[in-house]
Amino acid sequence: MGAIASFINTDIRMMMPILIAAMGLVYAERSGILNIGAEGIMLIGAFVGYVTAIKTGSVWIGLLAAMASGILAGVLFAFMTITLMADQTVVGAAYNILGLGLSTTLNRIAFGVNSTADKVNSIGKVHIPGLSDIPYIGEMFFNYNIMIYVIIALLFVSHYVMFHTKLGLKVRAVGENPRACDTLGINVYRVRYGAVLYSTMMCGLAGAYLSTINLSRFNEDMVVGRGFIALSAVVFGRYSPLGVLIASLVFGGGQALEAKFAALNTPIPDQLLQMLPYVLTILALVVSAGKSGSPAAETIPYEKN
Amino acid sequence: MPVQFKKFKWKEALSELAIPFLAIVIALILGAVIIEVCGLDAGLAYKALLKGSVMSKQAIGETIVKATPLIFTALAYALAKRCGMVNLGAEGQLYMGGLIGGLVALYVPMPSFLHIPACIIAGFIGGGLWGMLAAGLKIKFGASEMITTIMLNYVANNIVNYMVQSVILEPGGALPQTAKVWSTAMLPKIVQGTRINLGFVFAIIGIIFYYLFLWKTKPGYETRVVGLNAEAARYAGFNGNKRSLMAMFLAGGMAGVAGIVEIIGIQIRMYPNFSPGYGFDGIAAALLGKGTPIGLALGSFLFGVLRAGAHQMSISAKVPVAIIYIIQATVILFVIGSNYIDRIRKKMQIKRKAKEDN
Repeated sequence: MGAIASFINTDIRMMMPILIAAMGLVYAERSGILNIGAEGIMLIGAFVGYVTAIKTGSVWIGLLAAMASGILAGVLFAFMTITLMADQTVVGAAYNILGLGLSTTLNRIAFGVNSTADKVNSIGKVHIPGLSDIPYIGEMFFNYNIMIYVIIALLFVSHYVMFHTKLGLKVRAVGENPRACDTLGINVYRVRYGAVLYSTMMCGLAGAYLSTINLSRFNEDMVVGRGFIALSAVVFGRYSPLGVLIASLVFGGGQALEAKFAALNTPIPDQLLQMLPYVLTILALVVSAGKSGSPAAETIPYEKN
Repeated sequence: MPVQFKKFKWKEALSELAIPFLAIVIALILGAVIIEVCGLDAGLAYKALLKGSVMSKQAIGETIVKATPLIFTALAYALAKRCGMVNLGAEGQLYMGGLIGGLVALYVPMPSFLHIPACIIAGFIGGGLWGMLAAGLKIKFGASEMITTIMLNYVANNIVNYMVQSVILEPGGALPQTAKVWSTAMLPKIVQGTRINLGFVFAIIGIIFYYLFLWKTKPGYETRVVGLNAEAARYAGFNGNKRSLMAMFLAGGMAGVAGIVEIIGIQIRMYPNFSPGYGFDGIAAALLGKGTPIGLALGSFLFGVLRAGAHQMSISAKVPVAIIYIIQATVILFVIGSNYIDRIRKKMQIKRKAKEDN
């Protein structure tokens, strides 16, 4: 029981970067934009968040700065893919290269190769009197930093917005049939810009969560595929925020399993354990991709007549 | 609308060079701005870049050595793209090709005239099967190859790291690496005073194969039709799934050859993480070259110059090697941005003309 509680605790902490990115990406994808550059934007966010947190001494300012960097990256992405109608996968691929280049170059210049970079003084866990002390249950549900509660709350809000408000309907409709939306007077470009900027903002935040909260430091190329795992969380979660939460729990579980096994000193070699999250992601796509029903107009640029 | 690789024509290819050239100039200026903002010397950096890549025979040799794997990985992206698939997995296919080919180079002694072809073929098959796996997952389960190829990169990299550090570790060696490959498997140098080896010739053959296969054979023609319009291909009675599997096998095979050529041509042994990201450089080269044979060769040479010069640049000007990624990304974004600006401009002209006619 204690092992299960501890596993779930690790799972939830590990899934956060994937969840945060995926809950943004689900909006972009619903509006018809696939951003495979998520990985690169997360890297930029991870670096910006880390540097800002170190320089200001505040993780919160770091997270905000990372969100701003995500929006900034998103403006160019949206301009290229929506206004110029450029191929989304090509722009996304370029973004991954750009994110790796920017974050690594600036990190080398700022901190050098071998410097023992400062650790971020991260945010602590919130102790909820009573609840946090319940055996097992406290460990599983009430032993986290405040960001986790905020994000989970935001996730439920974003699920409600997507399926029970006019705004969510617009986002979904634009991704299914932009031409019809245009005829009805919905500004397709504006909805898509909004969805993309929200998603890249969340990618920036996700990266900063990884660097400032999960690891308290920045490593080059530290996102190691989480951007792509977030994209598959959207597919596995069948393009709904709640589904994305479940998918993230599964993918976080893969990482938690890796961490737990590594700590146990089992004879299983490290390199094989490190494959676990990626193999799990492929398996998740295999079981879900065929029937998840991607938005009809996804990756197709909309051209006004 | 997917980017469509144009049919290869000489004149068109030349006139299309203008925009990539402009893109490179702009990317270099942007790079200079970043270097200066960071308090380093951009002039010194670019001088070092040129010194390391083109200013001497040995430097030009290094550029060609770095361009060689990029040609293969660019072919890996372009071949798949011609069949309508986005292969982001050249890095993993390179690792698997290097591993399987490397096993032949390490453990199967034979005379040189057999050993080198055997290694290359093994590398091709290793990378090819790894690439085909992603195509299979897409056809059978609908799993997006964009995500699976990336995931398979991490899996392949870990498999190689595991093997190199345990199963095929050099007996009695102190470092995490394999023993040297048999000397019969080593690719001979072809230009004295440089590290250019037979692998470069294979790369040129790879480009010629790419051209002949796609434009001069029936399966190649079908592959392109599937890539341009899968619906029409089915209507014409082509087996799209078969073409996809084949395209990804050939694509992965190309990347696999990049891996084995790097091992038996340059490194002589395998060690963990032996690719510095050639798989991703190749994607950039193919995008810049728009998938034409000449274009992707030029793209590979350009990024070969950056790879070869970056080392010198980091030593003499303290500019991190990673700056070449910023230059690569800027070049790609500018080139595709300008494509679409051009298209929109043409469309507006047509509209204006239509108005005048009314």
